[in-house]
Amino acid sequence: MNSQISIPNDQTLSGGPLQVVVDWIADLGGLVVDWLVALGDIGLFALRTAGWLFTRLPRKETILPSFYQIGVLSLPVVALTGTFIGMVLVVQSYTQFRAMNMETQLGAVINMSLVRELGPVLAATMLAGRVGSSMAAELGTMRVTEQIDALTSMGANPIHYLVVPRLLGCLVLIPTLVIVADFMGVAGAAFYAIYLLGIDAHHYLQNSRDFVGNFDLFVGVFKSLFFGVAIALIGCHRGFNCDPGAEGVGRAATSAFVLSFVIILLLDLMLGITLDAVYYMIWPEAPRLF
Amino acid sequence: MVNAASNTNASGEPLVRIERLGVDFGRLRVLRDIELELSRGQSLAVIGESGCGKTVLLKTIIGLLRPTRGAVYFDGRNVAKLSERELTRQQIRFGFLFQQAALFDSMTVAENVAFPLRQHTQKTTDQINRVVLARLAEVGLPEDVLAKKPAELSGGMRKRVGLARALAMEPEIILYDEPTTGLDPIMGDVINELMINTRKRHPVTSVIVTHDMRTARKASDRIVMLYPLDRLEADEPQILYDGPPTMIDAASDGRVSQFVRGEARERLMEMRQRNGG
Repeated sequence: MNSQISIPNDQTLSGGPLQVVVDWIADLGGLVVDWLVALGDIGLFALRTAGWLFTRLPRKETILPSFYQIGVLSLPVVALTGTFIGMVLVVQSYTQFRAMNMETQLGAVINMSLVRELGPVLAATMLAGRVGSSMAAELGTMRVTEQIDALTSMGANPIHYLVVPRLLGCLVLIPTLVIVADFMGVAGAAFYAIYLLGIDAHHYLQNSRDFVGNFDLFVGVFKSLFFGVAIALIGCHRGFNCDPGAEGVGRAATSAFVLSFVIILLLDLMLGITLDAVYYMIWPEAPRLF
Repeated sequence: MVNAASNTNASGEPLVRIERLGVDFGRLRVLRDIELELSRGQSLAVIGESGCGKTVLLKTIIGLLRPTRGAVYFDGRNVAKLSERELTRQQIRFGFLFQQAALFDSMTVAENVAFPLRQHTQKTTDQINRVVLARLAEVGLPEDVLAKKPAELSGGMRKRVGLARALAMEPEIILYDEPTTGLDPIMGDVINELMINTRKRHPVTSVIVTHDMRTARKASDRIVMLYPLDRLEADEPQILYDGPPTMIDAASDGRVSQFVRGEARERLMEMRQRNGG
């Protein structure tokens, strides 16, 4: 559904300021309706996908290529992202920590940030660009060239055949890739801190061990499950609802990335708050920020 | 309007029955009050200028699009009322040749033709390979295309692979969407001959959507002409002609003969008037 954007004409201008306000409210209303329709559409798409996911798993000929595309081909870029985030964090924080003679505490701060936030969010953002956009472009091209219609006409459900393998790939492999990003980030930070800046290795690692617990690692990986589902569903939905032509495919790929990125940030905040509450339910005696 | 001589089979039940069909896309009305019956074994050509709703009609028959009004009955069952699984079972009885063939880019020719067999039969790989070879031979393609990807094929070859794939499950009805569009005249005629030969080899019903009169005359035994709704009066039927190919030249409606002869004079005058020239 296209948003209703009013184009000012003579009649609108002659209506005076009241007309402008009315038009503005109408535009805003149209925009809200469009968003709600899009949200409902993605919701229905997710329900249909879940329906197929729990009733009939796809064949391995369709699952394996998806896993290869999502997992194996993303590995280098995710590992690289993780390594550089770790090293950059050390570079940015070292001066301040050194001024307080607390450079061995860098391990605790950096590794905590990496496994809870930066590893999952940046890896997911990277994957939204690499995997989500490519899904939208591939399925969009299939829509435009009637390949999705061809699947349906041959009695193969396109959601079962095209979406479920991609969703499974993201669900299983994005958390795995996040673990890789975390590991490479931790390793990259340790390498820079210990070997290039000469921070004492024993204290650096001991502080990391004391501060970063299993729950922190779990939080990051748990969040990435949701990021994976969001990337797959949004990428596939955009592709399935692609407008005709090359421009339509381009728009589907771009909007898949932008929407996935926004949803990843929103999910990160909501899951952060929820998991924090869960943490204090399990360990009520833990020190609180507020 | 000339009525087709017989639209039903011996049992009296047509294979496809379309009742007061209307299809809208948002505010755009594409089909209105279409009434058609198609008997088993018949070959129907649906002609008309671009945008008159020919492909929409084809996609509504197979259940890719849902009617806004009215109904499409296939073998006595309302297509829109079928559950997802029932519709899937019904679609296996169809073969569909898409305008650009719609072959799966990621698969080879052999995998494309084998696709419906792998989806819906318990055949072994050897049995599937034999069927694939037989279907490709039927459309005149050599074995060395088996391992090629669709992007490596010419337009005519892609159409022929599309036809082989549509025939793989030995369908009861084949829907052809612009089978000769974009092909040179020789390859266009090859496709016409293949459609005729397909009817000779298999007891199949055909619906051919085309704006190529040569295809309509050669490969069909009944022609239906649709007209764009935006050029019709509110009370005029959208089907301007329904009858045998031999009678279409004698159609009383001037718009039919204009289309058949490919005359654009009136349309050009309209365009000039619109542009104020």
